[in-house]
Amino acid sequence: MKKTIKLMAGVGAISVMMASAAFADHTVKVGVIAPFSGPFAIWGKQFKEAVEVYVAQNGETAGGHTVEFIYKDSGGPNPSGTKSLAQELIIGEKVDYLGGLVFTPNALSVASLIDEAQIPTVIFNAATSSIVLQSEYFVRTSFSLWQVSVPMAEWAWEQGIKTVVISVTDYGPGNDAQVAFTTAFEALGGEVLDAIGMPLSTTDFAPFMQRIKDQSPDAVFAFLPAGPPTFAFVKSYNENGMKDAGITFLGTGETDETTLEALGDAAIGLTTAYHYSAAHVSDLNQAFTSKLDEMFPGSVANLASVGAYDGAHILYQMIAAVGSDRTKAVDVVRGYEWESPRGPVSLDPDTRHITQNVYIRRVAKDENGNLINEEFQTIEAVPDLGLL
Amino acid sequence: MAVLSGILIDGLSYGMILFMVSVGLSVTMGLMRVINLAHGGFALLGGATAHWLTTNTDLGYYFSVILAVLATMIFAIAMEKIFYRKIYKFTELQQVLATIGITFLMIASVNFLLGSTILPIRSPEFFSSSVDLGFRTLPVHRIVVIIAGMAIALGLYILLDKTRFGIQLRAAVDNRNMASSLGINTARVYALSFALGAGLAAFGGILGAELLPIDAYYPLRYMVLFLVVVAVGGLGSIAGSFFAAIGLGIIDTAARYIVPEYGTIFFFIAMILVLLLRPQGLLGKK
Repeated sequence: MKKTIKLMAGVGAISVMMASAAFADHTVKVGVIAPFSGPFAIWGKQFKEAVEVYVAQNGETAGGHTVEFIYKDSGGPNPSGTKSLAQELIIGEKVDYLGGLVFTPNALSVASLIDEAQIPTVIFNAATSSIVLQSEYFVRTSFSLWQVSVPMAEWAWEQGIKTVVISVTDYGPGNDAQVAFTTAFEALGGEVLDAIGMPLSTTDFAPFMQRIKDQSPDAVFAFLPAGPPTFAFVKSYNENGMKDAGITFLGTGETDETTLEALGDAAIGLTTAYHYSAAHVSDLNQAFTSKLDEMFPGSVANLASVGAYDGAHILYQMIAAVGSDRTKAVDVVRGYEWESPRGPVSLDPDTRHITQNVYIRRVAKDENGNLINEEFQTIEAVPDLGLL
Repeated sequence: MAVLSGILIDGLSYGMILFMVSVGLSVTMGLMRVINLAHGGFALLGGATAHWLTTNTDLGYYFSVILAVLATMIFAIAMEKIFYRKIYKFTELQQVLATIGITFLMIASVNFLLGSTILPIRSPEFFSSSVDLGFRTLPVHRIVVIIAGMAIALGLYILLDKTRFGIQLRAAVDNRNMASSLGINTARVYALSFALGAGLAAFGGILGAELLPIDAYYPLRYMVLFLVVVAVGGLGSIAGSFFAAIGLGIIDTAARYIVPEYGTIFFFIAMILVLLLRPQGLLGKK
């Protein structure tokens, strides 16, 4: 173990020397680690497409440096594999920056490595609050569950919702969402009647719907991993007459653009709090989504796309300012403010996590008959409340 | 009382979905004795075809489902002629490796053609409505699944126990050479049975999709579920799979009602207990 650390430190030192000896106008390489195969391949696809749209719009150079993106496939949650990919990128490909990272354990696994090699790393997704505290080289352009769950609780209270049953998948992010919502909702005087931790492998949600219904709360707050579980849960909510029983659905990312069409018309009216909707009304978002559609017909923008698009923007800012002299790169973007397709955002100077608007949305049909997340209320400039 | 009736009703409907998605495997692995890990692959192909037909054509749900099941069966006959003929003669481990390889090919093909997101099957509007049973409501598609499951169980019982084809199949499985020398066209019997298994897989995949949504990784995601139902039920016994699915469905549902924090542990404890006491499964022959 000790040997490995020494070796890594040595490697880190060498790569730093090589980097500072390099010329100012050489190509700056960015390694992007994400799943490109397996059940989570959609993440890698969304990342890559968004980065390519950013490059198409802003050119291949940042402040005179040519930027080259190198993509590596991490598969699913796989900390040891991710760490060796990062090592390979730093030592073999001699990248100066890293990006991507979908799962929390994967992001955590590179923390010590990027500290030693001094590699600024922009997290496009991995959303557990504490990750950014593990290394000063982490910058995050996604969101955290605290960031969206607390505004959801506050909005629910304003609507006159007094009692809630929380129903979350029993794993890290689910627990984060539960604690965040409970803390905020109880502080306002609301009552959480029950908190159900649903097993990760659940396929039939009917029993939970019955349990929720029996307690007749004003609303149910849910969080589940994207994909089949979310799909089955929302279907179950609709089919068990929850809406008719007067139980409002409160969620966060359940109506993600890539699963929204699959949910069909039954999804109309579902309320969620989130940081990005592909239907966000702004010129920049319009430019982003139409370019995405032009370059990759049939693709829809979602949270992964905007995380990667803003991630590319931050990488460009750092590269334009310092090139491959990366040790100072993170300091350049502390407190940096810009406009994202999701709205006005900034990087918190201390936590290096994105401060952003959180939107309350409901699922509706646009003029072409497509399902969208329609934003109707904005909570401005929310930091990662889980880090306060 | 409300909890008990809830457990029974939800357990029965969940169990029926488990039966529907595994009955095809009960035919190929249970009756034909080929360890067909590609079972979920056939369910995926049926589901993906039904998805494509219901979203890209105006054929309507029922016609699309029939077409998807038939297409899967025709594909299965081709697969049987090219690959499975040889796979029957493999040892068990070779069968596992060969069929898991086929599964990966199927996953990659669907992933390549339709992507890795959920492939929803547009069902008629009334499937998503719910029926009021007085003390609680039940979604219509659950009732459809319960009826379809009963019909399939009954139909298979008649087909395998009462018809000439059933006798020929059982004879061919028990002693292929003897059956063959008695004039039974065993190659044809095998091909038809395999197509039947694949067709049932496709039908189960489509009907079960309300709970176990179809996506490219479907075969791997739910493989354990199918195998447990068939193993607990006993190889070669359709009735065994039926009772195993209902029993496991009720146990899993009860656990979710009463102690959700323990996850699916009771499902697997039940499996371990049954297999410890009866290694051949509930109704399996030794």
